[in-house]
Amino acid sequence: MSFEQLALPLFDRLYNFAHWLTQNRDEAEDLVQETYAKALKGFSSFQPGTNFKAWMFRILRNTFLNSRTGLKAATVPFDPSEEDPALPVENQTPETILIDRTRREIMQTAIEELPVVYREVLLLCEVEEMSYQEIAATVAIPIGTVMSRLSRARRLLRQAVERKLQLRSAS
Amino acid sequence: MTHELWTGQLDAYLDGELDSGELTKLDSHLRECPACAAEGLRRLQWKKTVQAAGQRYVADPKLRERVARALRPRVARTLLSALRLGPAAAAALAIILGLAGISLYRENVHRERNNQIVSELADLHVSTLASSTPVDVVSSDRHTVKPWFAGKIPFTFDVPELQGSPFELVGGRVSYLEQSPGAELIFRVRKHQISVFIFQARAISERFPSAGPIDARSFHFETWTRNRLRYFAIGDASQEDIQGLSNLLKSKQ
Repeated sequence: MSFEQLALPLFDRLYNFAHWLTQNRDEAEDLVQETYAKALKGFSSFQPGTNFKAWMFRILRNTFLNSRTGLKAATVPFDPSEEDPALPVENQTPETILIDRTRREIMQTAIEELPVVYREVLLLCEVEEMSYQEIAATVAIPIGTVMSRLSRARRLLRQAVERKLQLRSAS
Repeated sequence: MTHELWTGQLDAYLDGELDSGELTKLDSHLRECPACAAEGLRRLQWKKTVQAAGQRYVADPKLRERVARALRPRVARTLLSALRLGPAAAAALAIILGLAGISLYRENVHRERNNQIVSELADLHVSTLASSTPVDVVSSDRHTVKPWFAGKIPFTFDVPELQGSPFELVGGRVSYLEQSPGAELIFRVRKHQISVFIFQARAISERFPSAGPIDARSFHFETWTRNRLRYFAIGDASQEDIQGLSNLLKSKQ
């Protein structure tokens, strides 16, 4: 199968992931084009039978991490004090409140604000439906780290959504 | 086990990452424990919301075109450069393009027919998913499913050993394409179902691509021919999963 036949069906997914990483349309477009150029150049090194999707996403992610935005995103310190804040008990859970017309916006903003190391594993799992093994291959980390990052990402996301809902109800 | 231990497995359960032993145990616990079942439902709802929110950005069609153009084989670009060589080269190119046009028309007729076959297979797959009785023989045992087809279709085929793979055989049913009977095997991978259709190769037009992935609406699709049988794998699972299952089936033939 040619590179074109394998790679073009992944275009929409790669672009969505690139935009989530860069959070900027122009940079996402550059990142996708650079990813395809690098992948085409290195296609001879791709081993048939291995996971092509994970290979493409790995190239995109590495290209992002070597970009100015990627270097900046990867070095933003994460404040551990933000974790597990004591939140007042509410009868209405985030899940029930989220079933309204703004649920998507709140969730999207919360995902955007996640540190990139958590954002990427969350998106690869939930949006790309990659297995833990595939995520490990894409991000080049052990499966145990995938599981712990994913668990942390979900917890952070939930806390962020709760905070946003509280702010919204207070205003 | 305490509730905390059960609920601690829920994310891996919803991600399709539990092994079959853990899966069976958690499945039966969820049937008996309303609290854990409610927590599972809550997490599933959350997962769906994240998934929907994550599908946020759509690329400019011009970017797709630019990328596709950059990947296209260089033959077309070479032909275009011949235009700069003068009248003789341009005349030769006009003849080549004329012949190519006739060939293209014939290709389009065949492509139209091929699209009908793909659509028909996609419809068969969807109707299986929507059916209240999706399979006529319900079994994950390949030694049960294969003999069930004996006498119902005019050929026999092999089903591979799936142990150790992410795929699970759900069952099978008799199907028809181009008025020819064949087998439809239904496999499950994580939460997706894949139909594998098997027909006699002679029932399918020779112009239908003999192998490779094919654009089938939003489904992924793979086809190959072995031992005078034509195989089609179709489903909403990832292209890698479809290929993985296809490779397993090919290895058995």
